[in-house]
Amino acid sequence: MTKPIYLDYAATTPVDKEVLQAMLPYFCENFGNAMSIHSFGQEAMQAVDQARQNMADFFSCTPSEVIFTSGATESNNLAVKGVLKAYYAQASKNLLKPHIITSLFEHHCVLDSVRAVEKEGLAEVTYLRPDKNGLVRVTDLEKAIQSNTIFISIMYVNNEIGTVQPIGKIGKLVKKINTTRGAQVFPIVFHTDATQAINYFDCHVETLGVHLLSMSAHKIYGPKGVGALYIKKGTPIRKVQDGGDQEYKMRAGTHNVTGIVGLGKAIELVQKNQAKENKKIQLLRDHLIEKVLTEIPQVRLNGSKTHRSPNNTNFSFASVEGEGLLLSLDMEQISCSTGSACSSGALSASHVLLSIGLRPEEAHGSLRMTIGKFTTKAEINTTVKKLKIILTRLRKISGSVLDEYYAKK
Amino acid sequence: MQYSKKVLQHFTKPHNQGVMKNPSGVGMVGNPVCGDLMKIYISVKKDKQKGEYIKDIKFETLGCASAIATSSMVTDLAKGKTIEEAMEITRNDVADALDGLPPIKMHCSNLADEALHEAIKDYRKSLIKN
Repeated sequence: MTKPIYLDYAATTPVDKEVLQAMLPYFCENFGNAMSIHSFGQEAMQAVDQARQNMADFFSCTPSEVIFTSGATESNNLAVKGVLKAYYAQASKNLLKPHIITSLFEHHCVLDSVRAVEKEGLAEVTYLRPDKNGLVRVTDLEKAIQSNTIFISIMYVNNEIGTVQPIGKIGKLVKKINTTRGAQVFPIVFHTDATQAINYFDCHVETLGVHLLSMSAHKIYGPKGVGALYIKKGTPIRKVQDGGDQEYKMRAGTHNVTGIVGLGKAIELVQKNQAKENKKIQLLRDHLIEKVLTEIPQVRLNGSKTHRSPNNTNFSFASVEGEGLLLSLDMEQISCSTGSACSSGALSASHVLLSIGLRPEEAHGSLRMTIGKFTTKAEINTTVKKLKIILTRLRKISGSVLDEYYAKK
Repeated sequence: MQYSKKVLQHFTKPHNQGVMKNPSGVGMVGNPVCGDLMKIYISVKKDKQKGEYIKDIKFETLGCASAIATSSMVTDLAKGKTIEEAMEITRNDVADALDGLPPIKMHCSNLADEALHEAIKDYRKSLIKN
């Protein structure tokens, strides 16, 4: 039996063996609760501190600015809801309804958090539409800023189409506005969901100019169920989960010591190997894009080719539906992802692809292949070969129904 | 998403798939927003005993695995049936014949019966015209 081909690294990554080795002692031997003062606890706390230091080194911040969470979903929820909580905790009685800016193609955990506070009447929200290349325009964002804007959340790298957003430029803009606002007024807090960016992009928080940054360990060859939120010192934010005094009182709950150790190791490996891995992965990615675009008819690449994560490809194939495509690939032991509604259990096609102007059938016919550090050129060649056969079969089944549908309209 | 073996069989090797030249009736349902479009062609013949029946049937479908499987199954169910009998085929009959569909697929991609019924109506309309 041939080895399965995994091309869904944007969904999750395998745990690196080095990461696993680092975690193992903290399950059965050094199992202490990091909040206990005895030696078991101290040992655990030392491991948590080391992981926090590794995070701080990577982000160029101080360790006390790193809060461990259960992952990017929690970090994003804490960012949105925690800042809003801080806003309403101000002493003034005549608070304006605050304004939030985000984009239409954020991950659901950001969008749904923002929609939740909007629905509760706690904030008004502007949802920026990215351009057709999948980039948020800084000029659009600047125009959307109002005197009551207190929170901006724009993702660093889009998880479906891999496009890279101008975080540094937005950071500069926010800094300029906050300076003119002065210290007495609630500032604009700038948050970025950097979950898909950590492996490949500069994440120095000062360069980015962010107050908050979310990430997840399982996207960087670390374990699932752990992540972090960077909180710049002095940022107005309140905790949303009550309980113990863990994480500088920002996030109650017993430390996930093994997970945190794994995250610490994973981020250390990213820092060490980033430059080398990036190059290799980008070459493979370019090979995949070129092969698909030249060997397969009626296909488009979704999202900017240049402002793009080195590991991401996202194509739309005409007259094909993504779920059938995915299932057929899976039968060949090739794992990818699609923006088709049918694969997700949701009832509409990918909000990301629709937001950049794709027609629903183009979104339904999309295929995301994301590569990682264990992907080989042979795997990519096999994938394209199988893909061609599958597309021919599915396109024969669909015939010209789509054209006929539009001809009748 | 767990599909039955039968669904996967009909998805990978659909029956009666293709175009029909000079069909007696054609039915197309669905829309690109939902992602499923189905087209059914029927060839109706008359038999002294049975009356009008579906002698041949073909389908073309743009859609997910269950859209393709239900299209294939409805052609199996309808083939050889009188047009009255074929009008009685429901989406539940199609799903049952496939050993069930995942709940979410019952509505969005189980439209094959409608395409069949549209094709029969199209055939009946053509009779009136002629």
